[in-house]
Amino acid sequence: MFGDFIPLFIMIALATGLALTLLKAAEIIGPKRPNRIKRTPYESGMDPIGSARERYSVKFYLVAMIFIVFDVEVVFMYPWAVSFHDFIEGGAAFGVMVVVTIFTVILLIGLVYDIKKGGLDFEQ
Amino acid sequence: MEVALNWYLGLSAILFSIGTLGVLLKRNAIVLLMSVELMLNAVNLTLVALSQSMGDADGQLLVFFTIAVAAAEAAVGLAIVIAIFRRKLTVDITEINLFKF
Amino acid sequence: MDLSQAFSTMAADLPAIFSMSVVTVAGLVMILQESLSENDRPIPWIGVGALAVAVVWELVHLGDPAGTAFFESIRTGGFASYINLIVLGSGIVTIILSVPYLDHIKHAYGEVYAMIMFATVGMLMLGTANSLVSIFVGLETMSVCLYVLTGLIREDEGSVESALKYFLLGAFSTGFFLYGIALMYGATGTMYLPEMQGAVPEGSIMFWAGVALFLIGFLFKVSAAPFHMWTPDVYQGAPTPLTGYMSTASKAAAFASLILVLFYALPDERWSLVLSAVALVTMIIGNVLAVSQDNVKRMLAYSSIAHAGYVLVALAAGTTEAYAGAMFYLLIYAIMNLGAFGVMAMLEWDGKEGRVQSLDSLAGIGHEKPLLGVAMGVFMFSLTGFPPLGGFMGKYAVFAPAVDAGLTWLVLIGVLMSAISAYYYLRVVVVFWLADAEDTPEAQAASRSFVFAGIPVKATIALCAVALVVLGVYSGGLLEMTFGFFEEGMMAATP
Repeated sequence: MFGDFIPLFIMIALATGLALTLLKAAEIIGPKRPNRIKRTPYESGMDPIGSARERYSVKFYLVAMIFIVFDVEVVFMYPWAVSFHDFIEGGAAFGVMVVVTIFTVILLIGLVYDIKKGGLDFEQ
Repeated sequence: MEVALNWYLGLSAILFSIGTLGVLLKRNAIVLLMSVELMLNAVNLTLVALSQSMGDADGQLLVFFTIAVAAAEAAVGLAIVIAIFRRKLTVDITEINLFKF
Repeated sequence: MDLSQAFSTMAADLPAIFSMSVVTVAGLVMILQESLSENDRPIPWIGVGALAVAVVWELVHLGDPAGTAFFESIRTGGFASYINLIVLGSGIVTIILSVPYLDHIKHAYGEVYAMIMFATVGMLMLGTANSLVSIFVGLETMSVCLYVLTGLIREDEGSVESALKYFLLGAFSTGFFLYGIALMYGATGTMYLPEMQGAVPEGSIMFWAGVALFLIGFLFKVSAAPFHMWTPDVYQGAPTPLTGYMSTASKAAAFASLILVLFYALPDERWSLVLSAVALVTMIIGNVLAVSQDNVKRMLAYSSIAHAGYVLVALAAGTTEAYAGAMFYLLIYAIMNLGAFGVMAMLEWDGKEGRVQSLDSLAGIGHEKPLLGVAMGVFMFSLTGFPPLGGFMGKYAVFAPAVDAGLTWLVLIGVLMSAISAYYYLRVVVVFWLADAEDTPEAQAASRSFVFAGIPVKATIALCAVALVVLGVYSGGLLEMTFGFFEEGMMAATP
């Protein structure tokens, strides 16, 4: 089974090797005449203005974190959704809805807290 | 075409080791956080592979919890890192050394 | 499994998670109260009420036979009720102590109490877990809440630094812990503790490597050496009543879970040597490093490492009596440490969660605040292990079965270390009562404004002290009861 992959590995090795060789070759063979203009980020382009490391508002992180949490909690919904039909056919429709309602209500309380505390308030 | 279980276990062991080394060698708190996440995801791979090969759903069940826990940990961890950055203007863990023996 | 039966089975199992449900619902109500209402004064008392209801429930069910619920995910019966009582009781004490403390440092957020409730839920699940999935979920629910609680005072660099250390090392150990679970699962094909015992393939490296990684995670959580490095820093920088909570309830739950794992999944002689070695190192490091500490919270942190070592002696012995003794010790230890941290919370004046105030600055405080002084005396004598206090009976309960199991050398070192511990514990009593504030420049220089200890706080601390005396004198019945859990448990393990 491993044998099936050998051509692939050879291809990866060749590609990597070629790229690295060419880069190194250019560095060794190529002429080096650095000057100030050449060392600017955009040679014969626009001069960069300001720092690339601008401070973002901390709100940005807050929203990102809230997003991660709510986004990932939905992971529990997938197995529920997949097995939903089996439960309906197995005659457990009520139970399966109760369970997911409890889960959603708990998430909802988190969201209510978040909104009331201004976690999603961009204005201030 | 099926890949043998050992390849998955090997890959996840390598990923886990990379994560461990990252935690031990790096000094930036954010990179440490990423390394820890890498460790958790390496374990997820192990669990899914084992679960698949044994035809038992319990491993995959744990993976769901791990994903959720990893998200919660990431959120809390980032919040703590932001709090410490505001106080000390650095996230280099060698400069966070208030406590001594 | 018949799907139509699944939910009726779960509904029938609901009493098994009564405490967990009550505490969760209360936590959610507290979050809603905090976000929807201006008035956050009643929030802690909602929590205390819910915890008290759960305590009553567990007291009623203390005599139940062992069993499992929710498709064998969690254990029920006496053992579960007992450990739940320790956790719930610690929660009540912590909330009562936190109210004036957080008011004093102006961080009286309602969320704090909700986080305490959610951490409690995690501990309830951890202490009663019957499968590796429940252990993981419980442990992480607890840990994530504790990270937040540690970093509560986010304006203070000590607090956030503690939180960062706790978080990074905690998450790191979680990685090992989880990898251990994965390997154990891979080797045995099951997540359920009792099934694991019979399913271990002979000479499986995967399984033993998994157990080793799993134990690393656990030893980290109970702050056993050599995974104890986080403990002093975290305990010193965390808000004091919450430190008490961390050092008692979370350790009790983690130890209970470890006992369940060792008892049901790994009854193997070979662990004895590993656990003995860990216990030895833990006792020595905890006690020796505690001696040179000038800060009481840091001293108590090392002391809590030492006490984890004493419990590990019992776990190394691995007999039914030893496990019963360890359970008894966890209760005594919880009361002693909650009390000691509670007193320190009330004697805090530096506005930096007590991490910069020295012991000497509290010289002669016993004369100023006699109740706290006397109670601290009881806690310190009990931590040392003076008869007839609870601490003595607790140590006896863990050391005696270890001698029977042939670990006399380990017990001798434990007793020797207890003798060392007398020095640093009794120093606190000496400074509180015998040192003169006039002669101590630190006590003079300090502008001391203490937390106002109201009736509930005083009553709670006094109750802890009285409980230690009572438990020291009437320990027989309780020990018999903890012994009974394992007798029944033995039967439940082999149906």
